[in-house]
Amino acid sequence: MATGYYPGCSLEGTAAEFDMSIRALAEALQLPLTEIEDWNCCGASAAHQTNHLLGLALPARTIALAAAQGMEEIVAPCAACSNRLIAAQAEWLDNSGLRGDIEHAIGMPLPAGRLPIRNCIEFLLPHIEKITAALRKPLTGKKVACYYGCLLVRPPKVVAFDDPENPVTMEKVAAATGAEAVDWGFRTECCGAAFAMSSTASVVRLCGRILDNARSEGAHMVIVACPLCHANLDMRQPKGMAMPIVYLSQLVGLAVGVAPKALGLGKHITPVAPALA
Amino acid sequence: MARIGVFVCWCGENIGRTVDCPKVAAEAAEFPGVVHSVDYKYMCSDPGQGLVKEAIREKKLTGVVVAACSPRMHESTFRRACAEAGLNPFLCEMANIREHCSWVHEDRGEATAKAVQLVRVMVEKVKRNEALFPIKVPVTKRALVIGGGIAGIQAALDIANGGKKVVLVEKEPSIGGHMAQLSETFPTLDCSQCILTPRMVEAATHPNITLHTYAEVESVSGFIGNFDVKIRLKARSVDIKKCTGCGLCAQKCPQKKIPSEFDEGLGMRTAIYTPFAQAVPNKPVIDRAHCTKFLNGKCGICQKICPVGAVDYTQEDTFIEEKVGAIVVATGYRLYDFRNGEKDYGIEGYGEYGYGQYKDVIDGLQFERLASASGPTGGEILRPSDGKPPEKVVFIKCVGSRDCAKGLSYCSKICCMYIAKHAMLYKHKVHHGTAYVFYMDIRAGGKSYDEFVRRAIEEDGAVYIRGRVSRIYKRGGKLVVVGADTLLGGTGGGRVEIEADLVVLATAMRPQYGIEALAQKLSISYDEYGFLSEAHPKLRPVETNTAGIFLAGACQGAKDIPEAVGQASGAAAKVLGLFSGDELEREPIVAHVNQSQCVGCFYCEQVCPYHAIEREEKRDKAGNLIARVAKVNAGLCQGCGACVATCRSNSIDLDGFSAEQVFSQIGGLK
Repeated sequence: MATGYYPGCSLEGTAAEFDMSIRALAEALQLPLTEIEDWNCCGASAAHQTNHLLGLALPARTIALAAAQGMEEIVAPCAACSNRLIAAQAEWLDNSGLRGDIEHAIGMPLPAGRLPIRNCIEFLLPHIEKITAALRKPLTGKKVACYYGCLLVRPPKVVAFDDPENPVTMEKVAAATGAEAVDWGFRTECCGAAFAMSSTASVVRLCGRILDNARSEGAHMVIVACPLCHANLDMRQPKGMAMPIVYLSQLVGLAVGVAPKALGLGKHITPVAPALA
Repeated sequence: MARIGVFVCWCGENIGRTVDCPKVAAEAAEFPGVVHSVDYKYMCSDPGQGLVKEAIREKKLTGVVVAACSPRMHESTFRRACAEAGLNPFLCEMANIREHCSWVHEDRGEATAKAVQLVRVMVEKVKRNEALFPIKVPVTKRALVIGGGIAGIQAALDIANGGKKVVLVEKEPSIGGHMAQLSETFPTLDCSQCILTPRMVEAATHPNITLHTYAEVESVSGFIGNFDVKIRLKARSVDIKKCTGCGLCAQKCPQKKIPSEFDEGLGMRTAIYTPFAQAVPNKPVIDRAHCTKFLNGKCGICQKICPVGAVDYTQEDTFIEEKVGAIVVATGYRLYDFRNGEKDYGIEGYGEYGYGQYKDVIDGLQFERLASASGPTGGEILRPSDGKPPEKVVFIKCVGSRDCAKGLSYCSKICCMYIAKHAMLYKHKVHHGTAYVFYMDIRAGGKSYDEFVRRAIEEDGAVYIRGRVSRIYKRGGKLVVVGADTLLGGTGGGRVEIEADLVVLATAMRPQYGIEALAQKLSISYDEYGFLSEAHPKLRPVETNTAGIFLAGACQGAKDIPEAVGQASGAAAKVLGLFSGDELEREPIVAHVNQSQCVGCFYCEQVCPYHAIEREEKRDKAGNLIARVAKVNAGLCQGCGACVATCRSNSIDLDGFSAEQVFSQIGGLK
C-alpha cells in the first residue's frame, strides 16, 4: 500500500528533528513513505479562523494530491496537520453540499471515499512487533512519560483516536522499546499552545505543572508526538527542570539503533544526552 | 335507531381556552343520530357526571360520547357513570379533545374544527358499539415476589401478613440486598443491619412465605390471576436441609482470596461461603468458578470436614413450577460501573477519574463497606491502598448521573443524601480529617432531609464545593483532585486542587444486570435506561401495563429506602386487592376468530405478543379431522389487534374495535 508522507511546515522548521527521525525510522523499519508532491500548508489555526472554505480547501488540496498520486493513506506526524486533514475530510464526507465548492476552489476532484490520515502514533502502532524484532539498544530501565496534549485526541468524535481522557496507545509504542511508561496525570493537559508568544508566563506555568508531575512520577524524559507540544515543553521549562522532551519517533529510532545524529537529538534546547547516559 | 348523547367538557381552561366548547356541542347536536348535546366546565365532577346520567335516563340514550381528556384519564369514570344510569359501560366512548387537540394547538378556530371532527368520528363509532360484558377469570391467591432486597421483603411480608401465600425468589445466596451492605441510613443514622436483619428473619420464617434463595425466574406464562412460573434453583452444592450453618467448611476452605461481592471487592471470601455473617438463610454455597474441587478435582476438604455430610458436589440446578395470581418485581439496582464504563449502553466511562486504576478511588457502596461494622475494616475508615486512615476525603457527586454527554441524563436521587451521610460518618470516625464534597445541586427533598445535609455542613464541617471535577491524578502517594468552584469568580476561575487520600464517587444508580431479559419474560416494558415502566407515572405508579404484575423499589427508578418500602407496601396492597375476590373482571376488549372462515395459517400465532392464540381441531361427526383453526384465549388476550391486522383471510375481529367501527370512524372524517 502506498503511504503518502505529509511533513507540513513545522517539520521543515522548528521540528526538523521530528522529520529527520520519522524518515530515518521509516527507513530502519522498512516502512516506505513517499512525500506527497507539491503539498501545501494545512492552514493550521489561521485558515479556519479566517474563512471556512479556506480552512477546508487547504487540507483538501493536499488530500486530493495524495489521492491523485495513487496514495492510499497519509502519514501526517504533526498533530495540527493531521487534525486539520481529518477534520476537513470528515466535514465534506458528512456534508456533501461542500464537495462542489471545495473542488471548485482547489481545481481538483476530491477522492470519493475516506483517505486514512495517520498521526505519528498510529503510524507506528501496527508495527510494534517489527519494532520489537528490530531492537538494537533497548531502553530498559528508562522511565518515560507519554504526553498527548490536546490535538491528538480531540475532538474525540472527529479524530476517533484513542480515549480522550485516558489515552494509552503512545504507551504501547513506547513500551516496545523496553522503556517503562509511567502512570501520570497530565497526559492530555494543555501545554499553552500558541500562547507561547502572547502570554509566555502562562505557558511556562502550564508546562511547569506538566513537567513537575512527570518528574514526581519518576520519568526521565517526556515523549511527545506534536511539534507545538515539543516546542513549548522543550523551550518553556521552569529554571532547573532540565527534563528532556523527545519525539516518539526519536525514542523508537534510538531503540532500533538509528544514530542519534540522524534522529536530530542534538537539536533540542534541553539536552537529551544526560537522560540517555 | 341510535340515540347518542354528546357531552363536551371544558376541563376548566385546559380545553375551554383553545376550543370553543359551546360551538362543538352545537355542531354535534346536528350530527345524525345525536339527540342530546351539551357542554359543561368540569364534566368529570359530580354535577358533570349527573348531566350524563340524567340524559341517559330522560332521553333514553343508546350511546354516549364524552369529548374531554384522554380515555386513559377518565374513560373508567364516565363508563361507571353510564353503568349507574343503566347503560352498558362499553356504549360510552371518549373523544380526546385535550391531549389530542387543545394542548397541542394554538389557533382557536382550527382547534375547534378539529374537536368537531374528533367528536363526529366517535359518534360514528358509538353508533356501532355493542354491549360488552366483563370477562371473569379465576384467581390463584398466591403471589410471586422477585428479589429479596428491602422492597421484596417488605412486599412479601405485607402480602403474607394479609393472609396470602407468597413465593419469594432471590438470586443471591442470601436475602437482604444492598441494604444489608449499608452502614447507617439517612436521615436518622439508624444502623442498617439493625433495622433490616429482623425483617429478613421474619420473611424467612413466616408461615405464608416460601423462600427460594440462589434461585432465578426461568420463565413465566399465563395471565393475571393465573401465572405459571418456572424457577431455577441453582446448585448450592450444599444440602440446605442437612446444613446447620456451623461455618466449619468456610473456615477450612483453602481458597481464601476471592474478592467478596458483599464487601464490594474490599474484603476476601472463600470458595464455600455465606455472603455475610447475618445471611438468611445462614447456609453456604460453593462458588464453582473458584472452587479447587470443581476446577481440578483436588481438595474436597469441605466435604470431609462437614460434621453432617451436607456438602454435595454432584448437585445440579433443579426446576420447580409455581402457580401464582400476581407478581411483584423488586429486582433493585446496581451502581454504574465507572471502572469499565458501559459501552453496551453507550456510556463511555470516566477516564478523567482513572477508570478505577487508582485503588483509593472507590464508589459509594465501597465506602459503605468501609464504614460498616460488618465490613472488611470492622467499621474503621481505612483507605484500600495502604490501610491508613485518610486525612482528606473528596466526595464527587453525579458521576454518571445528570450527564447527557457521557453518562445518563437522569438524577440518581439518593446520592445527595448518602454523600452527606458519608461525610458525617467520616467526620465521626476521623475527627481531624476533612471531607470535601463536589456537587452540582443539593437535592434533599424529603422529610428531615435538608436538615440532615445542613447538619453535615454546619455541625460536622463538611466542605461543600459547587462544581465538577475535571481530573484525578496521582502525585506521590496522594490523589490530586482538580475541580472548579463555580461560586468563586476572579482571576483563578474558581480552580480548586485538593490533595486527597481517598476519593469517593457517587456513581449513578442503574437497574440490575439482566433486567431486560426478565422484563421480556414477564412481557412488561422498560425505559431507555432499563428501568421498568409503571402503567402511569402519577396515578398507577406500582402497576405495570401487564395486568397482575406490579413494581416495587429501585427496579422502577432510582429511589431510597423509605420510598422503596412505601412502593413495596403499595404493590402489596394492590396484590391483596386483587386477591380479595374469587374471580377477576377483565375488560372484554379481546379478539374473536370467525372459525368457519379461518384457513389455519396461524400467522396470528406468530405475531401475538401474549401467546393468546391457541390451535383448535375441528372434527366431523365421525371424528375425522376437518380443519385446524385458531382460537383466542380471552384470558390472555390484551386486545392489541396485531392478529386482526395480520389475518390474511380477514377472520379475526376485535370486540370494541371491530373493523366496521374503525372504518366508520375513518368514513366520518370530513
